[in-house]
Amino acid sequence: MAKIILIGASHKTAPVELREKLAFSHAQIETALEFIKQDSGIKEGLVFSTCNRLEFLYIPGNRVLEDKDRIDAVMQFVSKLKQISVSEFKSSLYIHTDDDAIRHLFCVAASLDSMVVGEPQILGQVKKAYKTAVSAGTTGVVLNRLMHKSFSVAKRVRKHTGIGDNAVSISYAAIELAHKIFADLATKSVMLIGAGEMAELAVEHLMTHQVKNIVVVNRTFKNALELARKFNGQAVQYEERESALADVDIIISSTGATDYVLTRDQVKGIMKKRQNNTLFFIDIAVPRDIDPRINKISNAYVYDIDDLRNIVETNMTRREQETVRAQRFVEEALLAFRRWLDELAVVPTIKAINRKMTDIVNLECEKTLAGLPHLSKDDAESIRRMTKAIASRAIHDPILFLRNTGDHRDDSFYLNVARQLFNLDIPDHNY
Amino acid sequence: MNIPFILLQCATFFYLVSTAGYFCYLFYQKDRIQQTALGAVGIGAVVHLLAIVLQSAALGGLPIYTLGQSLSMAGLSLAAMFLYVQYRFHLKILGVYATAMITVLMLASIFLPEATQAPDKIYKGIFFFGHIVLIFTGESMLALACGAGILYLLQEQGIKGKSPGFFFKRLPSLDFLDAVSYTCITTGFALLTFGLVTGFIYARSVWGSFWRWDVKEVFSVGAWMVYAVLLHLRLYSGWRGRNSAIMSVIGFIILIFTFLGVNSFLGGHHQGFTQ
Repeated sequence: MAKIILIGASHKTAPVELREKLAFSHAQIETALEFIKQDSGIKEGLVFSTCNRLEFLYIPGNRVLEDKDRIDAVMQFVSKLKQISVSEFKSSLYIHTDDDAIRHLFCVAASLDSMVVGEPQILGQVKKAYKTAVSAGTTGVVLNRLMHKSFSVAKRVRKHTGIGDNAVSISYAAIELAHKIFADLATKSVMLIGAGEMAELAVEHLMTHQVKNIVVVNRTFKNALELARKFNGQAVQYEERESALADVDIIISSTGATDYVLTRDQVKGIMKKRQNNTLFFIDIAVPRDIDPRINKISNAYVYDIDDLRNIVETNMTRREQETVRAQRFVEEALLAFRRWLDELAVVPTIKAINRKMTDIVNLECEKTLAGLPHLSKDDAESIRRMTKAIASRAIHDPILFLRNTGDHRDDSFYLNVARQLFNLDIPDHNY
Repeated sequence: MNIPFILLQCATFFYLVSTAGYFCYLFYQKDRIQQTALGAVGIGAVVHLLAIVLQSAALGGLPIYTLGQSLSMAGLSLAAMFLYVQYRFHLKILGVYATAMITVLMLASIFLPEATQAPDKIYKGIFFFGHIVLIFTGESMLALACGAGILYLLQEQGIKGKSPGFFFKRLPSLDFLDAVSYTCITTGFALLTFGLVTGFIYARSVWGSFWRWDVKEVFSVGAWMVYAVLLHLRLYSGWRGRNSAIMSVIGFIILIFTFLGVNSFLGGHHQGFTQ
C-alpha cells in the first residue's frame, strides 16, 4: 500500500482542451477538499489547480477498504464534479506513488515541471493550494512536513541555481535588453510602428514597467488611433514617423512593409536633433523594417527577430544546464524526507525511544559509579541493573500506547508527537 | 619602530582583501561578499588616513616628497572618492576596478625604496595643501570616471555586438554607467580646475610667477583641456555614451602620464614629488 499518492494531469500529458475542462475553480477546490475530508479512505490531502495542471496529492488511510489507494474514488469524484466521463481523461493522467509522488511535487514547486521552466509564479500557487487545504482542515503531519519541504526546495533551487535568471521569451528578452540600455524605463517613450500580436505583447510587457508614453504609427491612421486608444497613447501619421523619432526612445516595429520603414540616413539625421540620446529599435517584422545599418550609428541599437531568438536560445540552454543542478537539490530533499517518513512508523520510533533512554541511563550511571570506587563489582552491577529497570519502566506506558494507537486514531500524528517529545528526529540542517 | 609604515602595510592588506572580495563578487554575484569587500575598503581607508596623519605630523607637512609617498596619497584619495561614489550611486561593480587600482598603488608605494629627503620649506602653506588635496581628489574622480567608462564600453560592446555575455547580467544599464561617468568627470574637472588655480597662486608666491612653462604644468593644462573639450561637446553637441566613455579613458591616460611619466622622461620643477 502506498503512503503518498499524486494523481494529476498537466501540460505534459493532457492537451489544452482537456486541461480547460479539468481546471478547478476555487469553489470547486473547496468541494474537492470537502470530499477528501469525508472520504474515510483518505487521511490527508490537497488539490492543486492552475491553467496548466490539476493535481490531487493525498495520503490514503489504513482502513481495510477494497480500493486501498482510492485512485478510482478520486477519478469518480472528478468525473462527477466536472461532468466528464472517466474514460475521457484517464489516459491523460499520471499516477505517482511514494518517492515518485514526492519528487514530482518538489519538481512542480521548484518550477522544473512548468511549461516555461523556472517561471516564478508556480511556488505562490502551490503555497496557496496548501493554505486552502490547511484552512479546510485536510492536511496532517505528513502533508504539512512534505509541503514545507517542497517550499524550501523551491527556494533553494531559486537561490542557488540560475534557473529563473534568463529571459526565455522574445518579448521578455527585448525588455531585458531595454533595461540594460536605459536606466529608468518610466522616463522613456515607446513608438509602435504597425501592429501585430507580438508587437502588442511587447508593448504590453513594457506597459507593466510603466513607460512614460506610447506613440502608435500605422499606414492606416484609423488603426493607429484604435491602438493608441487601447494603450492610452497617441497616434501619429505614417509620414510623420521620422520626426516623431526625436521624442521617443524605444521603437517596436512590425509592419508588413517590404522595404525598410526607417533607414540609416533618417536615423542619422534625427540623432543630432535628439542630442545623441540613445535609441533602441526592436524589429519584429519579417522582412525587416529597420535598416540593420542603423546599429552602426553610435548610441543606436537594433535588434531584429533573429537576434532576439538567438538570445532566447542561449538562455534556454543555460536554463537546461541549471536544471541538472536543481534536480540534485530535489533528490537530496527527497532523501531527507524519505528518511523522516520511514522513521515515522511504530517500530523505528519505539526502537529510537529505547535507544535514547538506554544511552542516557548508561551515561549517568557510569558517571556516578566512577565516583564510587569503594563499591564492589557486584554492587556496581546491581546499581546498573536497577537504573536499566527504571528506564524501561519509565517508557513502558508510552511504548504500549504507541503500539496500540488503534484503528480509529491517526498513527502518524501520535508518532510525530512522540518523536517530538523525545526529540528523536535528526535535524535537517540543509533546509 | 616605524608606526606609519606598519599602518600603511595594514591598509594595503585591507585593500588586498577587498580586491579579492570584489573579484569574487564579479564571478559569484553574492551581496554579502560585496558588503565585506566594501567594509574592507572602508577600514583600509581609515587606517591609511591615520598613517598619513601621523606621517604629516612627523614631517610637518603632507607626505608627498617621494614617489612612494605620492602613490600612497593617490591611493588614499582614490579610496575616499570611491567610497563617496559608491555611497552616491551604489555602482557595486566599480569596486573591482577601484580596489584593484588602489592595491596596485599601495603595493608600489610600499615596495619602492624610500628616499629620505629633507622636507623643503617651500612645500608648505594653505595653497600648497589645497593644491595637493584638490589635484589628488580631482584625479581620483577622473580615474573613477575612466573606470565607469570602461564598464560602459564593456557593456556597450555586448549589446551592440548582439551577444550579451559575461558582463551583461553583471553590469547596470548603459544610461546609468554614462551618468556615473559624467558625474565623476564634472566633479573631477571642477576639483582639478581649483587644484590648478591654487597651484598657480602657490607658484606665484614661491617662484614669483603664475606660469613658468614647466613640463608638468603644460601636460596638466593639456589634460584639463581634454576634459574641458569633452564637457563642452557633451553640453553642446550631445557627445554621450560611447564617445564620452572613450574620451574619459583617453583623458585619464594623459593624467597618468602627467603624474608619472613627465618626471621620468622630461624633468621640471615638480620633480621632487615623484622621485
